[in-house]
Formats: sequence, structure tokens, C-alpha cells
Amino acid sequence: MTTFTPVSAPRPANRHRIRNALLTLLTYLIALAFLFPLVWMVLAAFKTEAQAFATPPVFFFTPTLENFERALGGYFPALRNSLAAALGSTLLAFVLGLPAAFALAVYPTRRAQGVLTWMLSTKFMPAVGVIVPLFLIYRNLDLLDTLPGLILMYTTMNLPLVVWMMHSYMTEIPAAIYEAAKVDGASVVHEFFTIALPLSMPGIFATALLCLIFAWNEVFFALNLTSSQAAPLSVFIGEFKTSQGLFWAQLSAAATLTVLPVLIFGWIAQRQLVRGLSFGAVK
Amino acid sequence: MTTAAPLTTVSTAHPAPRRGLRLTPAALMWPALLYLILTTQVPFFMTVYYSFFRYNLVDPGNRPFIGLGNYVNLLTNPENFRIVLNTLVLALGTLLLTLLIGGGMALLLNRAFPGRAFLRTVMISSFLVMPIVTAVIWKNMLLNPVSGFFSWALLQLGLQPIDFLAQHPMASVMAMITWEWMPFAMLILLTGLQSLPDDQLEAAKLDGATPWQEFQHIVLPHWSQAIQVVVLMETIALLQVYGEIYGSTSGGPGLATTNLPYFIYQKAFAEYNIGLASAAGVLTVVLTNILAIYLLRFMSRSKSSLGG
Repeated sequence: MTTFTPVSAPRPANRHRIRNALLTLLTYLIALAFLFPLVWMVLAAFKTEAQAFATPPVFFFTPTLENFERALGGYFPALRNSLAAALGSTLLAFVLGLPAAFALAVYPTRRAQGVLTWMLSTKFMPAVGVIVPLFLIYRNLDLLDTLPGLILMYTTMNLPLVVWMMHSYMTEIPAAIYEAAKVDGASVVHEFFTIALPLSMPGIFATALLCLIFAWNEVFFALNLTSSQAAPLSVFIGEFKTSQGLFWAQLSAAATLTVLPVLIFGWIAQRQLVRGLSFGAVK
Repeated sequence: MTTAAPLTTVSTAHPAPRRGLRLTPAALMWPALLYLILTTQVPFFMTVYYSFFRYNLVDPGNRPFIGLGNYVNLLTNPENFRIVLNTLVLALGTLLLTLLIGGGMALLLNRAFPGRAFLRTVMISSFLVMPIVTAVIWKNMLLNPVSGFFSWALLQLGLQPIDFLAQHPMASVMAMITWEWMPFAMLILLTGLQSLPDDQLEAAKLDGATPWQEFQHIVLPHWSQAIQVVVLMETIALLQVYGEIYGSTSGGPGLATTNLPYFIYQKAFAEYNIGLASAAGVLTVVLTNILAIYLLRFMSRSKSSLGG
């Protein structure tokens, strides 16, 4: 592994070791500081309300599961909506995006790069640029506060990501495999289902994780297009906005349950995260 | 089973036999294209259209055309101009902080030490946390002037507790969003560092370069691509910050932390002022697109220079 410490002159190895140890200590201290808000949240989830709100703060306590029990009442309906919106939009984005990615990767026309670029550019469309007409359209179509309404918007958010990521994975499949299939008289549909899909499964998995994370964490459409029936977890947590010390432990329990799945997914998909977040510009 | 005649295939040596329904590769693109056109381009043009009217949902019948009136209001009314300024200060300030802290952290993590892989993994956590969770946890449990952890910490240091969100609202919001976005900068910059060939550094060391010289002449030039990605992706995202403000300050006190997205939410959903909200929406899109165009140009340039 690379270090940025000079080893030029005959320096004493001891000084070197001490400096390395200090840098490591510094790394751990910064990491601790950055993780502290999350640690504090998880700790509060296991405190009583009085302990969570206490000054000076309580560091040692007997953990209780009471907060989780109380938070679950509001959590479950919101969880159901979050799951439906995240899974539904990921699925729909794949149904629409995979054929497009396949066509752009395997049968690139002269316009392909332009189409790809345009699709990516829709990802840069701020939600606030479309929210007003969407709200009015949704109101007229009775889509406000419905899961299909939310799924449609999250699909818009994830579709360019699916096309772009899957295009990059599918171009990595050697052309010779397609050639061989064509010799055997395989159709486009056949190539798609028997070559492109099975060979890009790792890419599908990574992209799906990213889509799920983005849809799960989305706030703007959730707050402005849903209110109660279809409200996902982001809206549920938003209701704790002004919980001035009344429900800190309960809020922490609900928040812990909300961020835990995303944390686990994100840790697993860490490498793919870089590829997806930078659209492959940094690998 | 459907067969298709490829339009312009890479190899047209063996054309597939034509029978039954023809499904061309171009047709495979259309569902995705149509979907995106319907859900992004159409509403955006409607936003542009609304932005030329004085249009309030309280009185939807009375909708006079006022041309650029909403834009003039946005850019000349000092209160509204403040919001444009807030948006830029928040986005650029946070960007700078995440670059500095994230860059430092990437350098620290690019060394061999026990627990490195574990730290690298858990350090991305704050980026994965839902923005609204960040906001309510920071607001209630960390920044609260009486029972918040930071106030207690200040007291322990012999300082006076501060009502962070009331006295330094913008700085507090920036700290919160920096906490969220630092891992993004760190992750991209660390990946950039790891693609740096070892032999270049070895050579520099043999030539007796100081760490600073190494950083300046080898690390920094190599880093420029990763830095540009962070700058552009973050700027685009940070111009759209909403959940953090909704959950913590609600744009206040006064207008201190209102940015364009929050302003649009207030105008459209609290005051039903569709015309003004639309103009602010168009302005945000224009701001973002200036950056996006630059990003795409940069990405195609770096791609072609890598030969792919």
C-alpha cells in the first residue's frame, strides 16, 4: 500500500513509526467524530425517554426495547409503502431500462451516444423543475397520495441510472459471444434473454441496490405527492420534526429501523457505489 | 419467438432470417425514451409555460399573462434574491468543506494500517442516511440549545451553550450537509488515489521529493479527474438540497436558510403561487444545466482520452 511518508534519507525508522501511528490515531478520531451522530442515535433508541433527554447526557444505561415497540405502530404502514415504492420503481426501471441498455450496448447506432447522454441529462433535472405541473396532473388523475403515483416518479429518478449503468456492464460482454449466437440464427430477443441478461447479473444486482437506496431515501416527491395513505418512511420520520424532547427515544428507534437496511445495502455495494455515483467516470 | 433484423449491427455478416413480428433494436429503446420524455420534458415545458403567468391556485380562473414578471420579481426583489444567494452559498460552501475534509480523509485512508478496510466501509454511513433522518436527529439531539449533545460538550469545554439553529442557522445547516456529503467526496477521491501508479511515487521518493512536493506534482494532477467529478456531481446535488432544510430549520429563522427548492415548496404548496414557484423552478433547472453541460463535456473528454 502506498504511503505518503518520505523514505528518502537515512531517517531513523522510529520517527517513521511514531508518525504513522499518530496518523492512524488521527484517522480513527476523525472517523469516530463522523460516526458519532449515528452512534448517539442508536444509543438513544435503547434509552428511556427521560434518559434520552437528560442533561448531562446519559452514557451508561440498561437498554430497553420499549421504544421500538412504541415506534412500530406508525413504522409498519410507512415501511410497507417504502418497500412497495422502492421495489416497484426498481422493477419498472429495469423493465423499461434493460432493453434500452441492451440495444444501446449491442447495436450501437450513430445516435446511441446522443441518446445515452440525453438520458443521463434527465438525471440532472431538478425535481423542483417539474413538481408544480406534476402535482397538478396528479391531482387531476387522482394519483396524489397513491403508491402508483410515487412509483411512477421514482422510476423517472432511477431509469437513467439503470440505462447508463447497465449499458456500461453490457458493453463489457465480449462481442464474440453475440457473433456465435448470430451464426446459430439467434434473434435479438434470444440474445437479450440468453446472453445479455445472464452475463450481466452482477451488474443488475449492483444497480438494483443503488436504485433501492435512492428510492428508499427520497424525500422531495414523498413529501409533496403523498400525505397519509401512501406516505413512505421519509414522511413518517418528518413527523418527528418538532419533537422537542418529547419523543427522542422513540424517534431514534424509528430512525434506526429506517436507516439500517440502507446502511447494510450500502456497505455491501460500496464498490459499485463509486461506479454508480460517478456514472463510471471514476473507477 | 420473435426475430429481428438488426438496424446497424456491429457485424452484419450473418443477417437473421426475417419472419413473424420484427422487433428492431431501436424499438427496444423507445419505452425508456418515451417514459423519460413524458415524465421530465413534458412537465418541464409546462413549468416554463406557467412561469409566464400570474397564477395562484386560490383564484385559478384569473390567470393573466405577465411575461417575464415572475423572473423580474425573483431577481430584483431583494428578499427573493436573497434566496438565490442562499442557494449558492449553501451549495458552494458545503462543496468546499466536503472537498477539504473528504480529501484529507482519503489521504489518511490511503495508508496501510489495521482496520483500514473496516473504517473505509463504515465511514460512508452518513452518506447513506436518509436526509430527513439527518435533519431531525441533528436538530433535536445534537443542536438543541438545552439538551443537545453539542451544547453539553461546549459547557464541558468551559464555553457558553449556543442555540445553533437560531444564531448560526446557515453554518449549522452547512455542517449537517457536510456531514452527509463528506463520505461521497472521500469515496470518489480515495478511488482516484488508488489508481495512482506506485512507481511514480517511488521515483519521486528516490529523487528526494518532500511529501508536499509529491502531493503537489504527482498526487494533485492525478487527482484532478476525481476532483472534477466530486465538484460537478455535488454541485448539482447540493443545489437541490431540500429534506435537510425541511426537517431542521424550515428555511428560517426568517429567510436565513431558505434555498430555491425550499422556496418553491413554500410558494407552490403553502401559498399556491404557481407562477412564481414555476419561475424559480426554471431558474434552478437553468443553473443546474449550465453545470451539467460542463460535466457531460468533461466526461466525454476524459472517456475518449482513456480510449474507451
